[in-house]
Amino acid sequence: MAFRPLLTRKTLACAAGLGSNGGIATSFRGLQTFTLPDLPYDYGALQPAISGEIMQLHHQKHHQAYVTNYNKALEQLHDAISKGDAPAVVKLQSAIKFNGGGHVNHSIFWKNLAPIQEGGGEPPKGSLGWAIDNDFGSLDALVQKMNAEGAALQGSGWVWLSVDKELKKLVVETTSNQDPLVTKGPSLVPLIGIDVWEHAYYLQYKNVRPDYLKNIWKVINWKYASEVYEKECP
Amino acid sequence: MAATASISSPCALFSYQGFRGALISTRTFQTTESQRQCGRAVAAPISAKFDLKPPPYPLDALEPHMSQDTISYHWGKHHRGYVENLNMQIVGTDLDGMSLEDIIILSYNKGDILPAFNNAAQIWNHDFFWESMVPNGGGKPSGDLLELIERDFGSFERFSAKFRSAACTQFGSGWVWLAYKANRLNVGNAINPHPSDEDKKLVVVKSPNAVNPLVWDYLPLLTIDVWEHAYDLDFQSRRADYVSMFMEKLVSWETVSARLEMAKAQVAEREREEEKRKYEEDNESSSNETVEMYLDGETEDSEAE
Repeated sequence: MAFRPLLTRKTLACAAGLGSNGGIATSFRGLQTFTLPDLPYDYGALQPAISGEIMQLHHQKHHQAYVTNYNKALEQLHDAISKGDAPAVVKLQSAIKFNGGGHVNHSIFWKNLAPIQEGGGEPPKGSLGWAIDNDFGSLDALVQKMNAEGAALQGSGWVWLSVDKELKKLVVETTSNQDPLVTKGPSLVPLIGIDVWEHAYYLQYKNVRPDYLKNIWKVINWKYASEVYEKECP
Repeated sequence: MAATASISSPCALFSYQGFRGALISTRTFQTTESQRQCGRAVAAPISAKFDLKPPPYPLDALEPHMSQDTISYHWGKHHRGYVENLNMQIVGTDLDGMSLEDIIILSYNKGDILPAFNNAAQIWNHDFFWESMVPNGGGKPSGDLLELIERDFGSFERFSAKFRSAACTQFGSGWVWLAYKANRLNVGNAINPHPSDEDKKLVVVKSPNAVNPLVWDYLPLLTIDVWEHAYDLDFQSRRADYVSMFMEKLVSWETVSARLEMAKAQVAEREREEEKRKYEEDNESSSNETVEMYLDGETEDSEAE
C-alpha cells in the first residue's frame, strides 16, 4: 500500500508545480494519496531561530505522521464511500480533518520559512507591504498582533496572516489543532502560518512560546507570501 | 506518602464541601493558614490564594521513565504559571475566595468557557496528574478496582488498550481519564432519569485542552496528560511510547483505588441526601393539604367527606 519511501523524490520532481499539496501519488485504484514534501533548505539552515533538531523532527516525524495517517484515512474513506457505508464515512471525518489539516498546514509552513541568506526575515515590499501598512498601520504592528494572538492561543493551533480574496483585505486569524484556515472562512487564503503547537518550539524554547514567536520572524519568507498575495490581489 | 496522608488529614474535613468535598481534600485549595495547621511542607506561597503544590515525590524520582528535566519544566514552569495566572485573574472578583473546584465549574459555564477556566482547571488537572503517578508504579490494580475494571471493560488488558488508544487519538492537547460515572448520561452532564446500579460504572474519556470530567459530574480516578509538553523532551513525537511508559512504569494503582473508594462513598452520600430531600418534599406537601382542609372546614369538601 505505502510505496512511498523510494518514490518520494521522484514524485516530488513531477509534482514540483503542485503548490501546497506536496507530492501526489496515485494508487492503483485511482485514489490520490500524498507524500511528504521536501524542504527547500537544510534542517540546520534556519538556526538559531529554529534549531536543526526541531526542523528534522518536525518534518520527518510529525509532518510524515500526518501524511501517513491522512493516506490511511483516505483509503478507508474511499472504501466506505464505494460501499455506501454512511456511518463509516461520518466516523472518518475527524481523522481526515486532523491529519489532512496537518498535512495542508505544514506544507504551507515550510514555504513560509527561508534561511536568512535566502531572504528570510526581509520585510515585504510591493503591494503586500502597502496592504500591511494600510490594514495594520505597520509591519511591526502586524507582528505584535500575530505574536499576541499566537501566545494567547490555548492548547494547540496556528496563527495566520491571510487575505480575504473576496474583500481583498488582510486578516489575522487563529485556528485550533490542525484545522486549516479555510475552516474560518471559505474566502480566506493563507499567506503566513505560524505553528504554535508545542512540538514546533518546545525542545528549544520550552514553555516560552513568546520567545519562539519573537524569533521566528527572522526567518519568515515574505517573498512567498507576496507571491500568493499578488495572485489573489493582482 | 503525601497522597494517602492528605486523605485522612484534618485538611480533608476542613475543606469538605458537599458532593465534591471529599475529592478536593487532596486538592490545592488551602489557605496559608490551613497549610500551617496541616504542617505540610509545600513550595513557598506565591500569593495569598492558591499555592503550587509539589508532586508527592522528588522531581527526579520518576527517572528514567519521566525525566527530571521534564518534570522541572512541567511542574516548575507550566503548572506554576497556571497558579500564578489564576491568582492574578481572580483578585477582586467573585471568584476570589471560592474553592478551586467551584471556580472550575462556574467558569466552565456549561461549555461557554470563561477566562479563569483554563488556569483553574489546569491547576486541578496537574495536581491530579502528579498524584496519579508514583516511583516504581505500574503493574496491575487489585481488589474492588480490578473487579470493576473487569466488569466494565472485560479485562484489565482491554481497559489498558482502550486507555492507550484514547490517549493516542486525543487530537491536539488534552487529557485522558479513567472516571467513575454515576447517574449521568453520556452526553453533556444530563442526569439519568432512571438511575440504576448498573449505571454506576467506570469509563475512559478524553477531554481537550483544560477540560476535565468534573464538568460532566463524573468522578475522576486516573489521568494522563497528553499535551506535548508532557512528553516532548523525553519522547518527541512518540506519544504511544510515552503512554506505554506511563501505564507500565508510573501509574499509582493504590491512589486510583483510594479515589474509587472515595467516589463510591460520595455517590452513596449523594443518593442518601437525594432521598432525604425527596422525603422532606413529600411530607411538606401533605402537611400543607392538612392545613388547608382545616381552614376550609365549612366548604363542600368537608361536607362531601
